[in-house]
Amino acid sequence: MTKLVRTEEETLLADAARGFLGDAAPVSHLRALRDKGETQDSDLWAQMAQMGWAGVLVPETCGGSEMGHAAAGVLAEEMGKTLVTSPFLSTAVIAATALKQVANDRSKESLKQIAQGTMTYALAIDESSKFQPDGTALAAHREGNGFRLEGQKRFVVDGGTSDRVLVLARTGDDKSLTLFDIPFDRSGVSRVARPMIDSRDAVDVIFDRVEATGDDILGSVDDAMTVLKPALEAGQAALAAEMAGLASGAFEMTVTYLKERKQFGVPIGAFQALQHRAAHLWCETEVTTTAILHAGRKLDEDPGNATLAVSLAKARAIQTAQLAVREGVQMHGGIGMTDAFDMGFYMKRARVAAEWLGDYGYHAAQVAKLRGF
Amino acid sequence: MNGHLDLKDFREKLRSWLEQNCPEEMRDGAAGDDSICWGGKNWNFTSPAQKTWLDRCAEQGLTVPTWPKAFGGAGLSRDQEKIFHEEMRRLNARTPLQSFGIWMLGPALLQFGTEEQKLRYLPPIARGEVRWCQGYSEPGAGSDLAGLQTKCEDKGDHWLVNGQKVWTSYADKADWIFALVRTDRDAPKHKGISFVLIDMESKGVTTRPIRLISGASPFCETFFDDVQVPKDQVVGTVNRGWDVAKYLLTHEREMISAGGALMGGGRALGAVLKESETGLSDPIQLSEAMRLEVDSLAFELTLERFKDQAESGQGVGDASAMLKYMGTELNKRRLEMVMAAAGSDALDWNDGRAPNWLRTKANSIEGGTSEVMLSIVSKRVLGLPG
Ligand SMILES: Cc1cc2nc3c(=O)[nH]c(=O)nc-3n(C[C@H](O)[C@H](O)[C@H](O)COP(=O)(O)OP(=O)(O)OC[C@H]3O[C@@H](n4cnc5c(N)ncnc54)[C@H](O)[C@@H]3O)c2cc1C
Repeated sequence: MTKLVRTEEETLLADAARGFLGDAAPVSHLRALRDKGETQDSDLWAQMAQMGWAGVLVPETCGGSEMGHAAAGVLAEEMGKTLVTSPFLSTAVIAATALKQVANDRSKESLKQIAQGTMTYALAIDESSKFQPDGTALAAHREGNGFRLEGQKRFVVDGGTSDRVLVLARTGDDKSLTLFDIPFDRSGVSRVARPMIDSRDAVDVIFDRVEATGDDILGSVDDAMTVLKPALEAGQAALAAEMAGLASGAFEMTVTYLKERKQFGVPIGAFQALQHRAAHLWCETEVTTTAILHAGRKLDEDPGNATLAVSLAKARAIQTAQLAVREGVQMHGGIGMTDAFDMGFYMKRARVAAEWLGDYGYHAAQVAKLRGF
Repeated sequence: MNGHLDLKDFREKLRSWLEQNCPEEMRDGAAGDDSICWGGKNWNFTSPAQKTWLDRCAEQGLTVPTWPKAFGGAGLSRDQEKIFHEEMRRLNARTPLQSFGIWMLGPALLQFGTEEQKLRYLPPIARGEVRWCQGYSEPGAGSDLAGLQTKCEDKGDHWLVNGQKVWTSYADKADWIFALVRTDRDAPKHKGISFVLIDMESKGVTTRPIRLISGASPFCETFFDDVQVPKDQVVGTVNRGWDVAKYLLTHEREMISAGGALMGGGRALGAVLKESETGLSDPIQLSEAMRLEVDSLAFELTLERFKDQAESGQGVGDASAMLKYMGTELNKRRLEMVMAAAGSDALDWNDGRAPNWLRTKANSIEGGTSEVMLSIVSKRVLGLPG
């Protein structure tokens, strides 16, 4: 496996991303969108597409930049630092990975449009308050040559603003699941907005006897996982990277404050009680950084065996991001509790990202299972 | 591509060498403390096989695989070293020799020693002929190591050493000691220290063992009364011993942090739980074990990352404090879990787990305490004031 240090290209990519996002999408950008009641900035996404970010996993033959999963992790981490909201994870990572598993003309066309930034996707899995793909109940009944989708999905991230949805449905009484690729404007599909604590886009989606044909299936009928598993793992790894970025963004703010804020005539960072907690947090972020890079490398180089690496990364990222935001608020004192200050945005995003695509318990259980528990 | 082929070739040759040369009895992994070969003049080999294994490895430079050949090593690159460890694990072969000479003094001499010092001291370490101990801590100088007071005076044709060290691991079994001494009492405390090498057989050196809570007594008080030391036994510049001391500590910390897998027997926690009577059914133990497994795996990868980083020229530096802190705290958690899973079975002195558990408590003290590691991170990495 490639070494667990960033390559020169990865370092350059991170620098470029940081430079761009520092100007185009600092935290104040998210704040401004929230204040306007919006969740996405389509101009920002167009610029990202131009830089090849939308096509980060799209093959060059379909117009993508095909930089790979470790690179997608680098981008997600930089976005996490300033809480950038964009269709990157749902579209460029999850949908692109799913579509790549299917080598037909339609999926190639979709990949082209993703890379150009002209098509966006959401992923609809959850039906309860927890991530549990196996428990999918939304039914796709066979009818004539096709199917009818009946049921409801929750916590569909980016669903309010995207063009299409990948929806996981039950096609048999046993464990048979099938993945459908449906446009949101199909008759019978409706969305209910869920104003989220992280000020981002999420909706419930209701499927009311929605017609689907064999052409709407991504992969094969009764076999969702061949396509979905790699897509989920890519998404989980990139989300973990985003959370690691979020943790380091919150941490940087905190360390800066420890040096500036004076009490008892000295900077509060001179108090050992705070120094040691800040140092501990740094140690945790270093260990998590490793797990993130390792997951990216595994997905690029040994994708069939990446589950352990991906779950390890997500579990570690959740633990570290939550610690970073808790300490971030506490060490800022009263100002950390105000809406005018950015730390609250970090805390709220960390909570949402912790739940999306599997929480700590889900991923720790995956690790335990694969380690012989 | 070429390098890749070379590595494949290297692995094959190494594998067949190990298969032909590692005695059957030495293929039981790191079975426990009594299986370690520390070497030294007074070493009693626990079996003829232990000696054969040491001698064969030493001949190939494989007791210190990455040291240069001229000083008793095999001159392996990092990739080759990785393969060496993989192949050793494949055979479940014991480490042929472990010592403070290998972990601590060797790297310091390679960095700061003169050519003559390297030729004189390194090969006997590699062959397991001379055993070293570390004389840093004193009764009044623990975390505040630079406050040490052991006196070392320039007497023209020799140095004269007087004072006391404490917590000197294996001082009663070691042949030589590397010690920090004060050569200038008037200079600021970091600037009057020197790093000296002293033969434990010198007149005036005595040791007294101290018993630990684990029942073992692996460490001692060490006394120096008018000990004469030849002039060429200072490493690095006189009064600049702190530089050598710090460099050595970095290696000590990496060694201690990597020792985690060793202490826990390197076994997956799931297996430990399954063997216990409550098995996987105790929700508290299960959840702690799952968290620990996540943290341990990520930490092991982090050790790999820092080795990769060191190899690509970016030093580890102050991050060794992070590795030491995280590794030793994890190790303590691991043994707490092992004890809890085993219940009253592990309370028997003869069981072996209890002494192991007690021993891990020292991990976050020896080589610099966890609190000191956090202070190093806050000041040197984060740049916090004070
Ligand atoms: C098993 C074992 C083997 C050892 N082997 C050797 C050896 O071979 N050679 C050798 O030279 N030494 C050895 N040591 C000694 C070891 O390095 C010292 O014990 C260690 O540096 C701590 O010093 P101390 O015991 O004097 O504790 P102290 O320094 O007295 O510390 C007591 C407590 O105060 C805390 N503390 C101290 N200063 C600060 C501060 N500034 N901020 C916050 N907290 C602080 C410490 O973290 C600790 O919790 C060994 C120790 C052990 C336990």
